[in-house]
Amino acid sequence: MSDTAIAERAGIGASVTGRNGGGFGGNGNGSGGNSGASHTPQRAYVTGMVIALSGIAMFFMALISAAVVRRGSPSGDWRPLIVSGWLARILWLNTLVLLGSSATMLHARSRARAGDETGFRQWWIVTSALGVCFLAGQLLAWRQLVAAGLYLATNPSSSFFYLITAAHGVHLAGGIIALLVVAFRPARRMARGTAVEIASMYWHAMDAIWMFLFFFLISGGRS
Amino acid sequence: MSSSPQPVHAPPRAPIGFFRRYIFSTDHKVIGLQYYFLSLVAVTVGVVLSLLMRFHLVWPRAHMPFVSGGVMRPEQYLALMTMHGTIMVFFVLTTAPLGAFGNYFLPIQIGAPDMAFPRLNMMSFWLTLVAFGCMLSVFVVRGGAPISGWTAYPPLSGLGSITGPGEGMGQTMWIVSIGIFCFASLLASINFISTTIEMRAPGMHLMRMPLTVWAWFVTAVMSLLAFGALLAALIMLVLDRSAGTSFFIPYGLVVNGELQVGRSGGWPLLWEHLFWFFGHPEVYIAILPGMGITSHIISNFSRKPVFGYRAMAGTLCAIGFLGFLLWGHHMFVSGMNPYSSLAFSALTLSIGVPSAVKTFNWLGTMWGGKIHFDTPMLFSIGFISFFVTGGLSGIFLAQPALDNMLHATYYVVAHFHLVMAVAAIFGIFSATYYWFPKMFGKMMNDTLGKLHFWLTFVGAYCIFMPMHFVGLYGGIRRYSDFTGADYLVALRPLHMFMTIAAFATAAAQLIFFYNFFKSLASGAKAPENPWRGTTLEWATASPPPIDNFAGHFPHVFRGPYEYSVPGAREDFSPQHLPPSEVAGTAEGAPNV
Amino acid sequence: MQFFPAFLRDASRRASLARPNSRMRGSDATALLLFISLIVFVGITVYLFATGYYAPPPPITPVGLQVDHQYALTLYATGAIFILAQLGLGFAVFRFRDRGKPARFIRGNTGLEITWMLATAAIFLGLGALGTKAWSETRFQPSAAGAIKVEVTEEQFVYYFRYPGADGKFGRLDPALVSAPTGNPVGIDPNDPAGRDDIVVPTLTVPVNHPVELLIRSQDVIHNFFVRELRLQQDAVPGMVVPLHFTPDRIGRYNIMCTQLCGMGHYQMHSFLNVVSEAEYENFLAQALKQ
Repeated sequence: MSDTAIAERAGIGASVTGRNGGGFGGNGNGSGGNSGASHTPQRAYVTGMVIALSGIAMFFMALISAAVVRRGSPSGDWRPLIVSGWLARILWLNTLVLLGSSATMLHARSRARAGDETGFRQWWIVTSALGVCFLAGQLLAWRQLVAAGLYLATNPSSSFFYLITAAHGVHLAGGIIALLVVAFRPARRMARGTAVEIASMYWHAMDAIWMFLFFFLISGGRS
Repeated sequence: MSSSPQPVHAPPRAPIGFFRRYIFSTDHKVIGLQYYFLSLVAVTVGVVLSLLMRFHLVWPRAHMPFVSGGVMRPEQYLALMTMHGTIMVFFVLTTAPLGAFGNYFLPIQIGAPDMAFPRLNMMSFWLTLVAFGCMLSVFVVRGGAPISGWTAYPPLSGLGSITGPGEGMGQTMWIVSIGIFCFASLLASINFISTTIEMRAPGMHLMRMPLTVWAWFVTAVMSLLAFGALLAALIMLVLDRSAGTSFFIPYGLVVNGELQVGRSGGWPLLWEHLFWFFGHPEVYIAILPGMGITSHIISNFSRKPVFGYRAMAGTLCAIGFLGFLLWGHHMFVSGMNPYSSLAFSALTLSIGVPSAVKTFNWLGTMWGGKIHFDTPMLFSIGFISFFVTGGLSGIFLAQPALDNMLHATYYVVAHFHLVMAVAAIFGIFSATYYWFPKMFGKMMNDTLGKLHFWLTFVGAYCIFMPMHFVGLYGGIRRYSDFTGADYLVALRPLHMFMTIAAFATAAAQLIFFYNFFKSLASGAKAPENPWRGTTLEWATASPPPIDNFAGHFPHVFRGPYEYSVPGAREDFSPQHLPPSEVAGTAEGAPNV
Repeated sequence: MQFFPAFLRDASRRASLARPNSRMRGSDATALLLFISLIVFVGITVYLFATGYYAPPPPITPVGLQVDHQYALTLYATGAIFILAQLGLGFAVFRFRDRGKPARFIRGNTGLEITWMLATAAIFLGLGALGTKAWSETRFQPSAAGAIKVEVTEEQFVYYFRYPGADGKFGRLDPALVSAPTGNPVGIDPNDPAGRDDIVVPTLTVPVNHPVELLIRSQDVIHNFFVRELRLQQDAVPGMVVPLHFTPDRIGRYNIMCTQLCGMGHYQMHSFLNVVSEAEYENFLAQALKQ
């Protein structure tokens, strides 16, 4: 079952179900010992993350649509960034790293469900580290592009490449920070189970968005 | 007497300390008021800018205050126009209806103690304030404020100061400001949507939510999906301006005699598509909360349920959805594919249908009612009148064949001002008069309110109706004066009339400010439910305690607009009272 | 309350005493005033629109007449809705002001909802369908055969009109060669023989009753070409060449306006469309070629 449900079972952050007949006046209490009771049901954090991801998805869709339109522009000056050779290899490697990080994250969560706190923390850190590796790999790809004389303004496809990878990288960097915060900060209003769940959602979403962006960039040659 | 159970723990106390309580508060009520006062400042700035513009249009050679150099130059007029539009659209119409009233009343109306994410809420406000600061800073940077309009089309906005004064640092700061605003809006919409979905009180089913909540919810969803496109466009524009990219800049431009080198074939229409994909939903974001409050107030003051509640909720959703499919109607003559113009036209005309349904339903709500003409009701009646007038001129603009002659004339200016500058502002006024007692625990003066209404109602029509004729005649918008072509001189009498009306109407707003601040200081004490309303905000003290209900969180037993229910004790049945407490006397007849 | 003038204070106090638990009261005067003001507003508006207040000058093309016809149709339809809605509003607030009787408890009427939903859809979409012809004639159909082609180049804040000359071909353009001071404002390549007889002038001269096709382009920012008598306009977008065709049927001199914000000289950017007789047009071409 979801971490949120476990957290609820454990009484960490009761939720407002709104469906009990004349029972409780719908106030979700914070867990005992918290200063400032939180009324926000744990479920709301998950909903909030889904909504945030929708907004983020629209942002990336706008970037991709712009790139598609630009690629098909009659001005005919789209020189596809040859995403083959060394550039392709780096990007493929990065993609595998990011996929791997999603796998390690799933493993971390299964350790948490099994009650293995140390195992959870270890695999969670490994996930963050893989995220850092991904970003390092992206920076490496950028350096290679610069070495090949392809800067931000060199041509439209290079502009979009930098823009799209930078936008994704910034979001992923935010995700890495969030992972570290989840691993090291104690639970406050948001129960740890909930924090893990929404951080995972974000992370997997960044992975999925990267897959989408990656295949777009790879297919840039054929319009 | 309420039958809700005893609180499980002692109700929370307000934070101590001036800063935690009033400045860096996470209480949605404080944040709502912060947004409200921000929009009051913004609307004052915006109105002053528009008065300067109107003055210049009629007396272009006059020496003017606030204008460096005395006589206003064309680029200064354009800068005023750009800032007027930007400040009004973003910092008034996107901020007050949703950020101010939505923040304040959404949690209360659904029976929740606060928004789902209070600290995120606080961050949204402070980011909006920072964005406003950035926006105002353009007046003092080198080159001054940008001149490309709130629409900022490249290449005018995409090449820097060679295209015109203000296009240097001013345009950059403008982009930064709106970028921060985008981010703040995205955060705010996460809060609104999550709160509405997850934190409704027991019994508050979706179909028992007040229409204000429906409107804020749909508006927040639109906001969530639209601002991302604007943010993407702004990032690309800033790269074009400072990094030499060519997202929007074509090859071979010669600006001011200088050939622009290093540019490849960017497409200016790409900006238009991205901007209007955001920009059209944005105008619905501006009006939808006003529609919600109008339904709410018309019902309350007619003592009748909303006519066709389901249709009203459904049309809000329909407008929200359709609003994303219409953006091309801003681009009929842009060089866009003419076939797509017909598709956009059909969709634009079809959004007139839910809007018309709403209008009929407002009339239907009043029909057979028992109408009381307190100031909130007057402004809501005014909303309907202005929305009908403004919406109908949209039917002309929605047809590309007619747009051929009306595009970028004052006809368009009339249309959007009637719906946004008047109808949406009337929505804000009626919400203010309606909820002032609840927010501040004092009553506003109703006589002054009525005077404010009448002067604004007449004044606004005097300002904006003549614009239709200016446009029909061929008066072009964004012109800093009307001496450039011979036939435009004939428009001067209309412009004079509008300028006088504008100054008079702006002066009338001083009545509102006087009423507002004096009532704040020394208005009569407001009861818990001065308007005898049914929704949950009237089931708590004026102003509400820190957790909105002092621990006695409500249960909801019925819909939000149960007025004049046959057999009920009173002519209103509050949502939170159990059936036994609203049932009528033994004789069965409701008390009037 | 001590800051308010006495009469306002007393009025409020009297009002609140009159109804112990309620702060609301119907007001016959307000209701009547609303109704009357809406009647007056509708009356003035309908009168001004119906009598063609500040109407534009008559169109000079057959398509322009179609546009005017579509405008009139739309005016009738929206005018009818305007009158019904505003007067309905005024009537409703007057008729149903609080007169002591309880309100009728009505939740809605599905039949009525569906009816007016279908009616407005029919009217709005019907108007749209009727207007497609005027649009398609100017935008979907290509210009008539034998149309005079004129290239319109717009830049801050002037118009240039280029005729292809006797060979009927436009010379190649090169932005690097643009130089207004030396007489080459649109950048015609001197090495291209087709460009030698190109005529570049600041106003547009065309013969009456002859199809014209404009090829609209821009040198710097987005501009626009608008002639109100043609009932036509088109943005000039840098990087694009957009065709626009029409057949003027009346001799005269008409204003060409820029409607797309293009910078500080936007309000001054305009030119003239001269529709002249065939003879005068030939004369104009001959004179221009001599230079």
